[in-house]
Amino acid sequence: MNKILLIISREYLVRVKKRAFIIMTFLGPVLMASLFIVPIWVAQMTDKTYRLGVVDDSGLFSGKFRANSEIEVTWLEQDIEAAKSAFKESGLDVILHIPGTQLNVPEKAILYSEKQPSLNVKMYVQDNMKRVVEGQKLAASGVDENILKSIATSINVTTIKIGGDGVEKKTFTEVSMVLGLVAGIMIYFFIFMYGSQVMRGVIEEKTSRIVEVIVSSVKPFQLMMGKVIGVALVGLTQFMLWVVLTFAIVSVFQLAYGDSLQFMSGTGIENANRLIPQAEEEIMAQGTSQLTKVFEVIDSINFPVMILSFLFFFIGGYLLYAALFAAIGSAVDNETDTQQFMMPVTIPLILAIVLAQFVINNPEGPVAFWLSIIPLTSPIIMMLRIPFGVPVFDVVLSVVLLVAGFVGAIWLAGKIYRTGILMYGKKVNYAELWKWLRYKA
Amino acid sequence: MKHLFEARHVTKAFTGHLALNDVNIQVPNQSIFGLLGPNGAGKTTLIRIINQITGPDAGELLFDGRKLKPDDTALIGYLPEERGLYKKMKVGEQALYLAQLKGLSRHDAMTSLRHWFRRFEIEAWWNKKVEELSKGMQQKVQFIVTVIHKPQLLIFDEPFSGFDPINVNILKEEILRLKDDGATIIFSTHNMASVEELCDHIVLINKAQTILSGSVADVKQTYKSNTFEVTFSDFRVHMEDIRHNGFEIISATADQGDGRIRAQLRPGQTPNDLLAHLMRYAIIHSMVEIIPSMNEIFIQRVNEDKQQQGGNATPIHTTLTGE
Repeated sequence: MNKILLIISREYLVRVKKRAFIIMTFLGPVLMASLFIVPIWVAQMTDKTYRLGVVDDSGLFSGKFRANSEIEVTWLEQDIEAAKSAFKESGLDVILHIPGTQLNVPEKAILYSEKQPSLNVKMYVQDNMKRVVEGQKLAASGVDENILKSIATSINVTTIKIGGDGVEKKTFTEVSMVLGLVAGIMIYFFIFMYGSQVMRGVIEEKTSRIVEVIVSSVKPFQLMMGKVIGVALVGLTQFMLWVVLTFAIVSVFQLAYGDSLQFMSGTGIENANRLIPQAEEEIMAQGTSQLTKVFEVIDSINFPVMILSFLFFFIGGYLLYAALFAAIGSAVDNETDTQQFMMPVTIPLILAIVLAQFVINNPEGPVAFWLSIIPLTSPIIMMLRIPFGVPVFDVVLSVVLLVAGFVGAIWLAGKIYRTGILMYGKKVNYAELWKWLRYKA
Repeated sequence: MKHLFEARHVTKAFTGHLALNDVNIQVPNQSIFGLLGPNGAGKTTLIRIINQITGPDAGELLFDGRKLKPDDTALIGYLPEERGLYKKMKVGEQALYLAQLKGLSRHDAMTSLRHWFRRFEIEAWWNKKVEELSKGMQQKVQFIVTVIHKPQLLIFDEPFSGFDPINVNILKEEILRLKDDGATIIFSTHNMASVEELCDHIVLINKAQTILSGSVADVKQTYKSNTFEVTFSDFRVHMEDIRHNGFEIISATADQGDGRIRAQLRPGQTPNDLLAHLMRYAIIHSMVEIIPSMNEIFIQRVNEDKQQQGGNATPIHTTLTGE
């Protein structure tokens, strides 16, 4: 037991002290935090007010464009040629010319500008012209404006699950989807990254020939488990540091740029309510309901269950695959020979990720059920399902099978490993592996 | 004689091939025991069984008179033929780790390592990565980690490979010193000269079976062929005349009366007969018995075994000194 601790600590320390680990540990959170920060930042950078001058020959649009924080509209009384020649001095960025038509339906307009006008400006003009023209057409066919207003509705469906104990619970499908997907993908990456680290470690010991020295002191099984556990701890350390550091970076950013963040969420609400713009109170009401909704969402996530199941499937899946990766590493002489054995091991993992979308769309269907029961795919698929709420029976079955799965995988891998690590220069195939499984210790 | 290690009727088979077939070895306490045999004879398998890296299919293993236990790995030091160290790890850190795996406490390992590093004058390497060392330097480190826990039984598999002649000598001295300090050493090599130099006892394994065992002196006595070499001068007759008298002349050179002759005695003849006979024709300078080298015995015995169609050879055991 003491020896396995020694091995674990060596495997752990050697990896944690590596430059690549340190770089990844600090670069990871920066990358992740930039996922949150960069879009806000970029939005801020482009946050310049466009000055739009409009020459409306048709006379239909004057004063009917909606206010927008990014675009300032000036209605010009000149004709277009005069406006164009005065363009430089006017301080305008863009001039819109709407030509007059006989048909009351001006479908053509021209934007003049020095630089290519941004897509936003073009969209703004198109949206507003479309709205005004549509409104006019509707009015022409006798539809009252008030009726129109009362038609515009935004629909929010609240889903409520009735639990077995009769307790009703609000659910948020989108949140569950994202949560499950993030957890599933993280497990996938963890297994792949650290599973292959185990494999490379085994190959390193084999090619450097230190393995025979070590197995004269410890059992091959101890060496294998020491490596598997040591690398797992490296993974958990990195993961933990990532979470903490990402959180720290985002918080610091929030403190520094708190105002602009608030501004951003403000525009978000404004955009969402474009259809009912006039009523200030309405916007306010929407805003508070958004806030309560956020709290409701957070409330609806069962954090203890999420975290516990994440850790369990994280570790269970890793143990299963890391053992198999260790067996592969022991069977080959160098990394290029791993291909033929890697295929069958990685296919279930990749399959799980490929089918993730399918499972999320129907988390209670038979495909979801079976994939979340089979130990090779369950760590990923079960994590996709858990945010939606999974029957206790499914969870228990999955957990039991995963435990059985990794115990079995470790046992199997141990048998291959103890023969493989001492075997050199032999082209190993599946028949050979089968032989190794049947050797006595 | 007390035996530190004994293997009785050890058999080990891999699929479709017998690696060891009813092998017996007895390693006397505080001696150097040569484990010899051609490539693929089963030596490595036997060494791995002693180290409990693999287990035998049948047979018994005794350490110091009792059954070998898993914990005994702490009492055994093993320098494998295919050896290596973690290339990216620092020398000192690595030596500490390997010593601790053998059951030493960190403190004891440190003290012991300091002693050995000073002795080999390699203290400056402590913080170097293994990959920065030359092959010979790495071998020294490897030797230290093999003996660091003062094991009762040491197993050296081709310990001199990769060393220059100066370091080979240093190593030989160390091995002899370890023996004087009480260690028992199993020494596997293809270098027969070093066997003669170092070993007290040997076992020769061929095709999974023991075909020769005993003390080096006894084995040599068994394999000597009653051949003598005589040097002389002032030779006065023809070689033919000597042959007529019933000596088997193996080789003879004579140049202007000086020369040497190698003759094999026939049953019933003594060295004195040969000498008395030769004295009549020449002035004798020296006479020595030709004792076969371990190299010759190795080749002869393995070839005999081959002629006897594979594994059917009857093992020859020379036990002159009673226990």
